[in-house]
Amino acid sequence: MSYVVQRLLTFPLILLGVSILVFVAIRLVPGDAITAMLGTEAGLLTPVQREALAAYFGIDQPIWAQYLRWLTGLFQGDLGISSIYGKPVLTVILERFPLTLQLSLMSMVIALSVGVPLGVLAASRNERPSDLVVRVLAMLGQSTPNFVVGILIIYVLSVFFGFVPAMGTFTPLFADPLASIAQLIFPAITLGFAFAASVTRISRSAMLDVLSDDYVRTARSKGATPMSVIWHHALPNALIPVVTLSGVEFGYLLGGAVIVEQIFALPGLGRLVLDAITQRDYALVQGTVLFIAFNFLVVNLLVDLAYVALDPRIRIGRR
Amino acid sequence: MTGLLSVKDLRVGFGQDPRANEVVKGVSFDLAAGEILAIVGESGSGKSVSALSINRLVDFGGGRITHGAIHLTRSDGTELDVARADEKTLLGIRGRDVGMIFQEPMTSLNPVHTVGAQIEEAFRLSKGLTGAQAHKATLDVLGRVRIPDAQSRLGYYPHQLSGGMRQRIMIAMALAASPRLLIADEPTTALDVTVQAQIMALLAELREETGMAMIFITHDIGLVAGIADRIMVMQNGVAVEQGEADAVLDSPQHDYTKHLLRAVPHFTSGKAVRNDGRRAEPHEPIVKVDDLVVRFPVGKAWFKPKGAIHAVDGVSFDLVPGETLAIVGESGCGKSTTARALLGLNSKTRGEIVTGSGHSVRPVQMVFQDPFASLNPRLTVEALLAEPAIANGQRRDDTLRARMAFLLDRVGLPQDALTRYPHQFSGGQRQRLCIARALMLNPDVVVLDEAVSALDVSVQAKVLELLVDLQQEFGLAYLFISHDMAVVERIAHRIAVMFAGQIVEMGEARAVLSDPQHSYTKRLIAAVPAIERRKQRFAVDMTQVPSLVRPPGFEPPPAQWREAGQDHRVRIEDTP
Repeated sequence: MSYVVQRLLTFPLILLGVSILVFVAIRLVPGDAITAMLGTEAGLLTPVQREALAAYFGIDQPIWAQYLRWLTGLFQGDLGISSIYGKPVLTVILERFPLTLQLSLMSMVIALSVGVPLGVLAASRNERPSDLVVRVLAMLGQSTPNFVVGILIIYVLSVFFGFVPAMGTFTPLFADPLASIAQLIFPAITLGFAFAASVTRISRSAMLDVLSDDYVRTARSKGATPMSVIWHHALPNALIPVVTLSGVEFGYLLGGAVIVEQIFALPGLGRLVLDAITQRDYALVQGTVLFIAFNFLVVNLLVDLAYVALDPRIRIGRR
Repeated sequence: MTGLLSVKDLRVGFGQDPRANEVVKGVSFDLAAGEILAIVGESGSGKSVSALSINRLVDFGGGRITHGAIHLTRSDGTELDVARADEKTLLGIRGRDVGMIFQEPMTSLNPVHTVGAQIEEAFRLSKGLTGAQAHKATLDVLGRVRIPDAQSRLGYYPHQLSGGMRQRIMIAMALAASPRLLIADEPTTALDVTVQAQIMALLAELREETGMAMIFITHDIGLVAGIADRIMVMQNGVAVEQGEADAVLDSPQHDYTKHLLRAVPHFTSGKAVRNDGRRAEPHEPIVKVDDLVVRFPVGKAWFKPKGAIHAVDGVSFDLVPGETLAIVGESGCGKSTTARALLGLNSKTRGEIVTGSGHSVRPVQMVFQDPFASLNPRLTVEALLAEPAIANGQRRDDTLRARMAFLLDRVGLPQDALTRYPHQFSGGQRQRLCIARALMLNPDVVVLDEAVSALDVSVQAKVLELLVDLQQEFGLAYLFISHDMAVVERIAHRIAVMFAGQIVEMGEARAVLSDPQHSYTKRLIAAVPAIERRKQRFAVDMTQVPSLVRPPGFEPPPAQWREAGQDHRVRIEDTP
């Protein structure tokens, strides 16, 4: 337990570092915020109006003063106002996040429920035809870009089934669970495709390692059935690399999936960040990046806790 | 006695074409119920593969029985040819008729399940016991393998138990099914010598109790003398000799059996100690270690350590030029930590290490146990040998090359070795390279940490000879760390016995080996296997090494010593 507390105590330090990096980096991008905001109309502004606008958004101050002001706001739960949406940054993020979270979770469930059994199957039939088929599929899955998969899915659905997935506004899970899942199932398959391929490959190689371990031989010498050897004795020992991979992938997914959101016209976190950057919405970039970094830290912590749950050698020291 | 197992002309091959790649080439033997057969041979002789064929586990390692028959009489009296049985029948054989224990107790238990669950599984598979019945049976079998406090051990995971305990768990698991045949594949090779004696005693007692037959596989022909009824010697996949244990040991017929019996280092209780290089009085020590203490903090909870492992506690000794001091003891007793502290490889908590005025700037050098892991595979021999000199500020000039050539010659390696890489040498040659490397800076003291333990017996003898020669030529002092009493007897002038971080007995080699005083030294020497010790019954001794973890601030009481003779002192034990 004290381990979790120790980890949580490091969070603010890491987030502080991330926020400074982003704060500086976004301001190093050429072009100024007011031109980006107003587009061609920016040329109509008089220098006085320009300065007044800069003062309104607080970007006339030196960078450290801007940062301090932003930090002070952060401690008061205020991430600033988005210049694109004219709403508090936190509100904008929280509007978009449920979709991204649900999409990421669905992709992961798909990837694990397809990848782990396939990997285990391939490992237990090492070098036999079914193993080769799985390996080729996994290679294919990993090397196909997800926009290809997404477009193929839409094409097949609309041309052969005359079905077009709901686009545009997102139906939240609790408003209408079925419609919500139905809306996200195809994007989730698209994202889960390569993810499942990675899970397959890593669980196959982990299982192959474990199946040649001594304790598997012990289990066989006891007369354990092949099923019991694989699922009861071998698999729990092979899950650690699968959890590591899933954690990293899930962390990335929580940062938003720009391409898939674009293809399926979904209002997720990925497109939000993209818009914020192209339109120099400093407060929004700053806020979303901090939010994504925070998610990453939480996912990493969960991964470590999963290790503890899976492996008694980490859970309990020697007595 | 009735026939239990009959193996006829067994051939086992591996790979794509098993017939062309045979590891076992026509082995036949019979085993009666309740009999113990020992299969002896070096690595690669096919002894394990033969044994794994009996329950067909060999299939999972890629092996294929290409010829022959394995007739097993099952508990219901029917006879079965295991070589031709299908996988479903084999599931009923494994565990139930044929139990098995393996060499590596550290890796043979599943790390994610408790030992209780693993034993209960064996009961469920063989006898269909579940729930409370399985639990009770498990407690019962743990008692039979003499595991104290069985109730609480059930919830332990394998990593929480010592090697000896884990091997007992393995045995308990095999016993769960009450098999009529137990295959033990090098069950004690990975264990300390006193633990080995405990396990051997346990196996002998279990045989008496249950009447099960055993196939005992080992490379150590000395070990089987105490337990086997019959011995089969294997070489290159062929059984070169088999017969009654006494006949094979006393009048071996085949040359290879004779060679094995000769090569095994015989422990003779101090009769074979060296007579050269006795320490003269008065002597000038080259290294003097005084009250060395090494502790490692454990369990850090918010800045304050919960305690410390007292790895080395108050160790004192000295070494004079030309002398070998052997530190003997079992894994975890602190002997390697002492050696590493001497080189400054781990920091000492307290104590003095004074190096005398020798002839070298770097007076202490070290040779490690594993010759395969302690040479960087990407460097040529020349670079490996030059390394210590370069680290010490010397230049790679003709003088240095001359020194390399000289040392290569002295350790018995050809000159063209300089341009080669470590993988091009055998284990014994690599250890010679390590010795040459240690001598590059012309040290006064060489620390040999289990330096011959990883070598085959015949190679071991040659490296020991080399070490003695070098010692006489250069006047080196050796600190020889080992767990092997037979090896120590051949090289040591003086011996220090370590137990639980402390020296418990120290003195002249002959005195310590022939007349051990401390109870631990006695146990250690009694546990050394020997061909002469036939059918000897060890008492099942459950003494455990005490925990070395102490609360913060703990200081052991000062050691009390008594003199047991000239240059032979013994730590006075607490009266039990």
